[in-house]
Amino acid sequence: MTGPAPLTFGGNPARTSEDEAGVPSPVRERGSVAASGGRSISPAAFAGERGELSNGDVPQGKRAPGNTEAPRKIWPDALRAARLLATDPHGFGGAVLRAGPGPVRDRWLDGLRAALPPGTPWRRLPPGIGDDSLLGGLDLAATLAAGRPVARAGLLAEADGGLIVMPMAERLPPGIAARLAAALDTGTASESPARFGLVLLDEGEGDETVAEALADRLAFRIDLSGVGIADCDTPAVAADTDPGAPELDPLGTLCRLAEALGVASLRGPILAARVARALAAEEPVGTDAITAAARLVLAPRAMRLPTPEEAEAPPPPSTEDGPTEDTTDPAPLDAAEDRVLEAVRAAIPANLLDQLLAGGVRLATAKAGRVGQPAAARTGRPIGSRRGDPRRGRLDLLATLRAAAPWQALRRAEGETRPIVVRRDDLRIRILRQRTETTTVFCVDASGSAALERLAEAKGAVELLLAEAYVRRDRVALVAFRGSTAELVLPPTRSLTRAKRGLSGLPGGGGTPLAAGIDAALSVALGVRRSGSRPVIVLLTDGRANVARSGEGGRARAGAEALQAARALRTAGLPALVIDTGARGEGARAVADAMAARYLALPRADAGLLSVAVRAAL
Amino acid sequence: MPTFPFSAIVAQDEMRQALLIAAVDPSIGGVLVFGDRGTGKSTAIRALAALLPPMRAVVGCPYNCDPDSPAESCPHCASTSGPRKSHKKPVPVVDLPLGATEDRVVGTLDLERALGAGVKAFEPGLLARANRGFLYIDEVNLLEDHLVDLLLDVAASGVNTVEREGLSLRHPAKFVLVGSGNPEEGELRPQLLDRFGLACEVTTPRDIATRIAVVRARDAYERDPEGFCTARARDEAAIRKKILLARERLPGLAVPDSALERAAQLCLALGTDGLRGELTLMRTARALAALDGAEAVTDDHIRRVAPAALRHRLRRNPLDESGSTARVERALAEVFS
Repeated sequence: MTGPAPLTFGGNPARTSEDEAGVPSPVRERGSVAASGGRSISPAAFAGERGELSNGDVPQGKRAPGNTEAPRKIWPDALRAARLLATDPHGFGGAVLRAGPGPVRDRWLDGLRAALPPGTPWRRLPPGIGDDSLLGGLDLAATLAAGRPVARAGLLAEADGGLIVMPMAERLPPGIAARLAAALDTGTASESPARFGLVLLDEGEGDETVAEALADRLAFRIDLSGVGIADCDTPAVAADTDPGAPELDPLGTLCRLAEALGVASLRGPILAARVARALAAEEPVGTDAITAAARLVLAPRAMRLPTPEEAEAPPPPSTEDGPTEDTTDPAPLDAAEDRVLEAVRAAIPANLLDQLLAGGVRLATAKAGRVGQPAAARTGRPIGSRRGDPRRGRLDLLATLRAAAPWQALRRAEGETRPIVVRRDDLRIRILRQRTETTTVFCVDASGSAALERLAEAKGAVELLLAEAYVRRDRVALVAFRGSTAELVLPPTRSLTRAKRGLSGLPGGGGTPLAAGIDAALSVALGVRRSGSRPVIVLLTDGRANVARSGEGGRARAGAEALQAARALRTAGLPALVIDTGARGEGARAVADAMAARYLALPRADAGLLSVAVRAAL
Repeated sequence: MPTFPFSAIVAQDEMRQALLIAAVDPSIGGVLVFGDRGTGKSTAIRALAALLPPMRAVVGCPYNCDPDSPAESCPHCASTSGPRKSHKKPVPVVDLPLGATEDRVVGTLDLERALGAGVKAFEPGLLARANRGFLYIDEVNLLEDHLVDLLLDVAASGVNTVEREGLSLRHPAKFVLVGSGNPEEGELRPQLLDRFGLACEVTTPRDIATRIAVVRARDAYERDPEGFCTARARDEAAIRKKILLARERLPGLAVPDSALERAAQLCLALGTDGLRGELTLMRTARALAALDGAEAVTDDHIRRVAPAALRHRLRRNPLDESGSTARVERALAEVFS
């Protein structure tokens, strides 16, 4: 057992090259990758050491927990990142720390705090912070009491030179994320210096992640979700004291590495270069520093797996969002770079391929459903007023004066010179009602029984509705089910670009897992409702379910499960519309009844008719 | 720390050209930059503002009025008479963050003075601060529609009209509007799109050499900001001079009928709605000609600015993506054949 966390961080933060536990030798790491056979890596094989993932029985769509690299290797890297961050919080931007609240996260934060020079500001950013407390502004209570403006410094300025910790960063409203990003870029907030680093505590589950606009500006991404407290006691392995051969062209190497890993944003290599320089402490930058920097900065941003030279198979599929698709093969790396890449490969989250296959890497997608969610009613039609802080809404002057009026005689009696005495309690703000936007969740039967042209029609209808939503600012989502599972083809979106890509890549054929489809649509719709929008489900099917939730065939069970799923939808109180695309239309009607949905038989609908019908029904 | 110099920005030629044009003639109506993250959008705009010479402004005027010819609509300068004191200040770049309230943007009743002194006074908002400078909106596509609407209105007229909380005033708000965003995350309504003067698309450079050049420049700058900027001072001065000369030349620059005819032909071929396309095309080509130091607007100028001036105005089936840039190119080839 080593001592408490601060001890682990002991020593001079400037000396980093000697006492590093981080870099595992390339040779040790190469084993598992080589064994998986170059490019044709199966997700299970790549998951490597984790037994429960290797049996190939991972339920699809369920994300492998955290980082599947051995936790004992993650922790030293995390420590190393913390130590680096402590030396120059603003220069490195900060870190995204993905971990649930608990001792491991606390230990990392304690360590980070202990590594900072004494007296360095350390602030926590409350999630619902207002502009005045963030950027500085008027201290309302003091101003009203004093009868003259009293200013107060914002939290960003207070944290100048230090770190800001942001809990629940995945729920950060876009407005605050934008302000933080601007302050990181300029180093100022409201014209006072604010050169701070940011630690985003990402406690998101599944698809929830922090805003990429912000995460892109931070050097480190640490995933401690798979690390247990026992792993944190990993004794520091005596590292190579050899700084490695001097690197001739460190920047070029990092750029080529970034390219090989599919890191599109240039902030990746720029931050990596900064880290490498900090690690090397002095010129020239050695290969070791480059390797470590690439492990710490580039590997967590990887959008594709680097490919060994001998491999011949086509490259792994890029993500749908990866701006890397149709790029030519990355420029060939020379032997030295290959060795670096080899070491970096070990630090790539092992479930990357899983995620790529499941349709998107966490940080890159995810936000689609959350951007554009309504800002807490700051716009809309006024429907009255209530007590509140005028900086969080719009002051209702008349109501404020009306509230203050009865007290004037009393307040003036206290020897007051001001003509009108207004106190904080008198302030009234307007209540605004926003037009709620609608999100139409299409749940489309893409099975063989639903005949392929049905799918084309559904696609056409979605496109037409989307084109309309584009003008009305409504959103559309698409769930498709076929074979044995359902898939979220299009997360709630207004973006035509995304929608088109999602639709054109939708395959058809296979069984009809109706229950799974309804379940998926339900979970999407509930998410939509949570984000403040109004969901409407449109189910296109012939109702002939023949695949149960477990993925097994069998009409009876599949049908029963489908009805059960439909009833769950009814319980959730979601408005729905069932469009029967079958010729006989018995199954679909039963499902519609079970979910208390409107039922529409359209055996030969074309895209235009379909969209008219949906519009009329909603 | 000095700002990253404009002349050191690698690649992104179209964006740089569009920004320079907007700096020469702010009446073009703003620049929309759509593209990936980390492609130097905000760097470019900050660099451009830093490159412009400091402007003289009336001391105490919240709208940065020019002491020689204060804006007619300026409430501050209209109320004072006699010689005005002036000072030099850098060209403002105002960031408009997502989630900004209308109050903050337009300006509102000055709470401090209303509550403290019982005076009905106006507290200028971001639009006032941006007068004679740049207003930069990152992720403009996520901004609430009514705000975008309002901004475009002000950007086009140069005057902000406030009618709220018992206040009624107008103040100058002439600025270059620069919006940026990623279309993957949501798009601007077509009605709004059309009102931006220029639109350009930026992408992350795909070839290694360019990427390395970008990282190298950034790295050199970070290691020694002062030295890096000093080394670039001559290039910066050259661009500054080019802009200032172009501004002087702009009013006297002739637009021959032949160029107007070309512009009209292009817009007809593309089927753009209204006449905004022609007008912008003409103004943009004139600004470019001024930058080039040309005597008159030529076909070449029109050809060079047509994609940026027209690509966002095409009437389109929202789902047809035969690339608006490609369509402009095709029309260009036809008209100039």
